[in-house]
Amino acid sequence: MSYLKAEALVGGYGGAMILNSCTIAVDRGRIAVIVGPNGAGKSTAMKAILGLLRLTSGRVLLDGRDITALPTQARISAGMAFVPQTDNVFPSLSVFENLQMGALLRRDPIGETLEEIFALFPILAEKRHQLAGQLSGGQRQQLAVGRALMTRPSVLLLDEPTAGVSPNVMDELFDRITRIAAQGLAVVMVEQNAAGALEIADTGFVLVQGANRFTGAGRDLLNDPDIRRSFLGGRK
Amino acid sequence: MNRRTTLLYAAMAAVLLSVALLQSWQLALTIVNLCLISAVMALGVNVQWGVAGMFNVGTMGSAAIGGLAVVLVSAPPVRAAWAAGGAGLLASAAILVLTAGVALAFWRWFGSRPLLRGGAVAAVLFSGFLLAQQWFLPATAAIEAVDAASAGYLGGLGLPVALSWLIGGVFAGLLAWPVGRLTAGLRSDYLAVATFGISEIVLAVVRNEEWLARGVKNVTGLPRPVPYESDLQSADGVQTLALWLGLPLRDLASILVKLAYTAWFLAVLGIIFWLLERLGRAPWGRMMRAIRDNEEAARAMGKDVARRHLQAFVLGSAIVGIGGAMLVTLDGQFTAGAYQPLRYTFLIWVMVIIGGAGNHRGAVYGAFLIWFVWVQAETAGLWLASAATALLAPGNPLRAAFEQSPAQLRYVVMGLILVFVMRFAPRGLIPEATPEHQK
Amino acid sequence: MTDLLNGLIHLTSMLVLPGLAYGSQLAFGALGVTLIFGVLRFSNFAHAEGMSLGTAVCILLTLWLQGKGIALGPLPTALIGMCLAVPVMALVFIGTDRALYQHFRRINARPEVFMIVSAGVMLIMNGAIRLIVGPDGREFEDGERFIVTAGGFRAWSGLAEPLVLKTSQAMTIGLALAVGFALFLFLNRTRSGRSMRAYADNRNLALLSGVDPDRIVRLTWVLVAVLSVTGGVLFGLDKGYRPFVYQQLLLPMFAAAVVGGLGSPLGAIAGSMIVAFSELALTFAWKKALGYLLPAAWAPEGLMQFLSTDYKFAISFLILVVVLLVRPAGLFGKPVK
Repeated sequence: MSYLKAEALVGGYGGAMILNSCTIAVDRGRIAVIVGPNGAGKSTAMKAILGLLRLTSGRVLLDGRDITALPTQARISAGMAFVPQTDNVFPSLSVFENLQMGALLRRDPIGETLEEIFALFPILAEKRHQLAGQLSGGQRQQLAVGRALMTRPSVLLLDEPTAGVSPNVMDELFDRITRIAAQGLAVVMVEQNAAGALEIADTGFVLVQGANRFTGAGRDLLNDPDIRRSFLGGRK
Repeated sequence: MNRRTTLLYAAMAAVLLSVALLQSWQLALTIVNLCLISAVMALGVNVQWGVAGMFNVGTMGSAAIGGLAVVLVSAPPVRAAWAAGGAGLLASAAILVLTAGVALAFWRWFGSRPLLRGGAVAAVLFSGFLLAQQWFLPATAAIEAVDAASAGYLGGLGLPVALSWLIGGVFAGLLAWPVGRLTAGLRSDYLAVATFGISEIVLAVVRNEEWLARGVKNVTGLPRPVPYESDLQSADGVQTLALWLGLPLRDLASILVKLAYTAWFLAVLGIIFWLLERLGRAPWGRMMRAIRDNEEAARAMGKDVARRHLQAFVLGSAIVGIGGAMLVTLDGQFTAGAYQPLRYTFLIWVMVIIGGAGNHRGAVYGAFLIWFVWVQAETAGLWLASAATALLAPGNPLRAAFEQSPAQLRYVVMGLILVFVMRFAPRGLIPEATPEHQK
Repeated sequence: MTDLLNGLIHLTSMLVLPGLAYGSQLAFGALGVTLIFGVLRFSNFAHAEGMSLGTAVCILLTLWLQGKGIALGPLPTALIGMCLAVPVMALVFIGTDRALYQHFRRINARPEVFMIVSAGVMLIMNGAIRLIVGPDGREFEDGERFIVTAGGFRAWSGLAEPLVLKTSQAMTIGLALAVGFALFLFLNRTRSGRSMRAYADNRNLALLSGVDPDRIVRLTWVLVAVLSVTGGVLFGLDKGYRPFVYQQLLLPMFAAAVVGGLGSPLGAIAGSMIVAFSELALTFAWKKALGYLLPAAWAPEGLMQFLSTDYKFAISFLILVVVLLVRPAGLFGKPVK
């Protein structure tokens, strides 16, 4: 039994079904990557896990507990953290305040978590008093991840964390995400850059038209010539 | 026209007819004439809000400048005033034009150095303004001194008054253009604030520049597009008609004059209504609605949203200007002090909203309904006040406050109507028919 | 030397102090406008009426207090009335929000819809003010009118020009500093203030972070109540209360908020000062000041008044136009599309 399991999700917006029986599962300390062509329902699947989408059927289990009926806020309290693809920081708040906002619901001291995040992303410590709106794209993504980690979540959901950043920064981000998972978090990541993401994925889910087409270890999917040709554009 | 619309209009007609029969024909026609003018203004606002989705809070300015056009076009010219200050006024105008030209040139020259450019342009404008004042102030003082009790202003061109309605529309449109240009492409709040500001400025000019239209001293005795009551009373045909109808001659003359106004206003309203309906069915109207309903999609399809908005804004303001000119013509005088935002901006808004934004039939209906309520609200307010305070003791200060100010309740009533319609029936009494959406 | 001193005293008394007081009064209003815009995302056309209504409530409470024989010595009793009027207005604002704005937030209405609804609220409040205090002006100032009187200053300094400082001016400037400082502490140093800024900045992310939107909305209206009652009462004390004179503050307040950048509190304060001093300086008759400050040969003949005071608010508009032309985002704002 996986720590987080989304089973046979079916749902969509206003009558149009986007998810047609889609299943995602991940354990603590592992990285699950959702890939697939445009419009396959990757981000929608993540929103469903987070409770931002009304499901027609299917269920979401967290640590064996059925959370399908819980609203987003309650899921966040239950240990989920989410990094949206865009607008994922508060631009007119400082870096430090952004991190404080991440810990809004915590009543215990946050100093230790802050130290961990600054150790993970040293640039954030350096720019802690700068406004988030003045950060570069890559720094902003680091801040977004840092903000999400402030709740000390057990599940981290990332919606295309490398969208719009340079290849160097992308590799760095993937490296940090691996380190985050190694600390015992379950990481679910939607990625446009499938090849890079599958490199670090423990499990890869290839979605097509809202349903699982292939599931397997990241490496295996990468090495499968069929998948490479159809979904990874044939290039690394 | 569907059944609901027909029924609503029939009910309104019945109410007005009952006013005519129970109170008097003069009163009913007075109300109808103002309803018609309000309907023209409401159509203007409806083009902006209902069709284009723009929030204009400057209707009063358009109405006032339309009214000013009546004075400038139809009032008899005051030659002595032109002789006294015309030259000075023209000189100061020339200086201002020159200043603007120089400022524009500086703006272009110093394009690459913003600080220098700002400073230079400000200095040019400032000194040009002070220089113009040297001629302007003595000239206006001289003009205002000419026969101050009855004239003291430049007068108009002495042209037929109906022409001034068209000119009023043009004035209002010309005023709207820079405002629309300035706020095009910005968040709608800026348009709202800018229109609110420009309408206050128009009002300040109209109130304070006595040489232009006598300011708060009012221009009275403006020419009419209809005969005078006294002339009608001495006309043979009218006397015969009075005998035949069994009406007092004075009443009949007054009714005929009002009917003549009604005919004029009905014609103008009809023409504008017909043009707008045609425009609405034309590609322009479809595009406007497409932009209103989904601006992003329209922009993505390559529509020039800002340009369309500007067109709708100028057109709507021009129509309000025509209404403003008609109102001044009906009054026979230009009363600068009478323009208030509550009456000339927000009341028109209530009309459009309750009638059904986007639907011209609805806007016209809303104008009739709200003007009628506005006129009758004093009576209704009195009744409401006595009902609301019936439980309070006669000496209670709250009761006294209510009884003293039934007229004040009109504002509360209008505000309540506005928010209730927005909250519970946002499409109004006669909702916009959108076949292409229902498909 | 005496001329220089006289000139400076004249300018301080007639331009700087009134400008600071007026700018502070505007700032109270503009801060409210900008808070509502930033957090609730609409331009509140009922804002001036809200200030007037708050003042009307304060006047009623002050009259009641005066009737009970309660006074503050040299300070006006209205200060107590003001504190009592704040919770009343907070309830009025929150009630209005519950009844109206909340619904439009839920259906995600367009900003124009909010503005129209606020215009409706304006009409209702306008009528309510007419019912509560009637359309005429009220005097409700008691205590000492002046801190520094013309005669007293002349006798003390021996200068020809008097320095006048009204109690209401000093109170306005003092309270503006205090309230402004408290507001900044709240917004920058408290969890609630930070949440409010975050909610204004990025509503979705704030919700994801666990911000309770209803609480933020309530807090915003409470702040607006504090700002608009304080600003309204101070304006009324300074200039005499006339219910509908507040409508004329709407344009300068909006202009100040736009100049500073809609949604930026610091900008609202800076914008208010810019608008206030531009208004006063351009409608100020500089003849006397220049007569003192310039060599006798250069002394001007005319009044040296750029614009008649009838066009005071045209200056707000002019500033607004310049800002929209040059920098629509305002001094401290981010671009608003």
